[in-house]
Amino acid sequence: MAEEMKDMILEYVVDEYVDEDDDLDVTFNTPLISSGIVDSFSMVSLKVFLEKKFKISLPDSEATPEAFDTVDRICTLVRKHQG
Amino acid sequence: MAYTEKARELFQKDIQTIKDKGIYKEKRFICSPQDAEIEVEYPEGAAREKVLNFCANNYLGLSSHPAVIQAAHDGLDQRGYGMSSVRFICGTQDIHRELQDRVSDFLGMEDTLLFPSCMDANSGVFESIMEQEDVIIADRLIHASLVDGIRLCSAQYDTFKHMDMKHLKKKLELHQDKRHVLVVTDGVFSMDGDLAPLDEMCALCDQYGAMILVDDSHASGFIGKTGRGTHEHFNVIDKVDLITTTFGKGLGGASGGCVSGRKELVELCRQKARPYLFSNSMAPPIVNASIKVIDLVTSSTELRDKLEWNAAYFRKGIEAAGLAVRPGNTPIVPVMLYNAKLANDMSRDMYAEGIYVIGFFFPVVPAGAARIRVQLSAAHTKEHIDKAVAAFRKIGEKYGILGLDKKGIIEKYGM
Repeated sequence: MAEEMKDMILEYVVDEYVDEDDDLDVTFNTPLISSGIVDSFSMVSLKVFLEKKFKISLPDSEATPEAFDTVDRICTLVRKHQG
Repeated sequence: MAYTEKARELFQKDIQTIKDKGIYKEKRFICSPQDAEIEVEYPEGAAREKVLNFCANNYLGLSSHPAVIQAAHDGLDQRGYGMSSVRFICGTQDIHRELQDRVSDFLGMEDTLLFPSCMDANSGVFESIMEQEDVIIADRLIHASLVDGIRLCSAQYDTFKHMDMKHLKKKLELHQDKRHVLVVTDGVFSMDGDLAPLDEMCALCDQYGAMILVDDSHASGFIGKTGRGTHEHFNVIDKVDLITTTFGKGLGGASGGCVSGRKELVELCRQKARPYLFSNSMAPPIVNASIKVIDLVTSSTELRDKLEWNAAYFRKGIEAAGLAVRPGNTPIVPVMLYNAKLANDMSRDMYAEGIYVIGFFFPVVPAGAARIRVQLSAAHTKEHIDKAVAAFRKIGEKYGILGLDKKGIIEKYGM
């Protein structure tokens, strides 16, 4: 289940933020925000996706650049809110 | 005293962090009027140097145009220095109304509202018209002032990949359940100089019942056959719902901005936009000079034609010299260097050659996309441009990047 979630989020991140000609290999541990792949403005798209896909509500105080910086960290946050 | 030593040390540490990251903004002083040729004190305290300016937003060369200066003098003589008021109390003169009407005619919009700056216009427009049940869908590379304005309002927001129409369509489908949908884009993107495909965007907005707002700050006065802007270039003047733009770039270069568009939307800004309600009116000399600017750009296309020629001539020269430039057809020509230090070093060397240009790197542009952004002006002569191209060739040769593409430059210098 956890692996499935990670794959799903990774697939979304690549589709949403990586251009075909970017030549980037994004993995579960790739820094997304601190590396500039995802900027703080467009991070909102990821939040919208997570809330819809996993039927959760992420408070702004927790949807931080740090918490969204890798797929692994995002999974931790989602699991916390799934209860 | 509340400003304790501890507080001072912490703030000093913050400043040092900025310096350590290599993103500290140095002071540069221009000791002459803004123009193609300027006198600069840089670094602070150094002897003044006469250099050619290739980094101003002075697209039409109107910053120091004699007719504009005269109009500013006339405004000062006839309507005074300042208004000492916000617009809605006692800060609106007949010339503010005249400028608004002239801008509406020029842009082909129903109504216009002046703001102290376009930054203010962008800060105020979204909170005035969008509510919680609405959504704003923005291009990911829109100007920082639009980002701030969107964050300040209560509407939901989402983003789409830069100028990717398939992605925009996907987002429009995703948000069909919202009350109002507003698509937001720059007309000309200031860092890349590329034009938003407004024809395709407006067609998508029609299809999905969405409104569109275009920040045309880097286009008003010179993009399009008669300089109306990006919407004229793509022949969608009647399809664009809102334009925000500035009098601080092509249209004069001083300050002031506006929201122009559907009359109900502009009226809501007049009633609700906080930067309009709580900040002073544009000063009379600037208003009067801006009216003169509209006179100049409507009476002749000479300046925008010259700018177009200059941009094409520079682009041809720089490409022939073997530098990597982003393709485009605007007066913004990014010379791509990819590596931040290289961009910084080359811009410093260009200054020593008498060419004033600036290197841009993350976070101003995406990581690994450092560049020197060159901005052409109608005030540049052919000789100015030849000198700039020759300097780029010389400095490019010094760093061994002539003829190298993105891959070659990154292999040599890294990202």
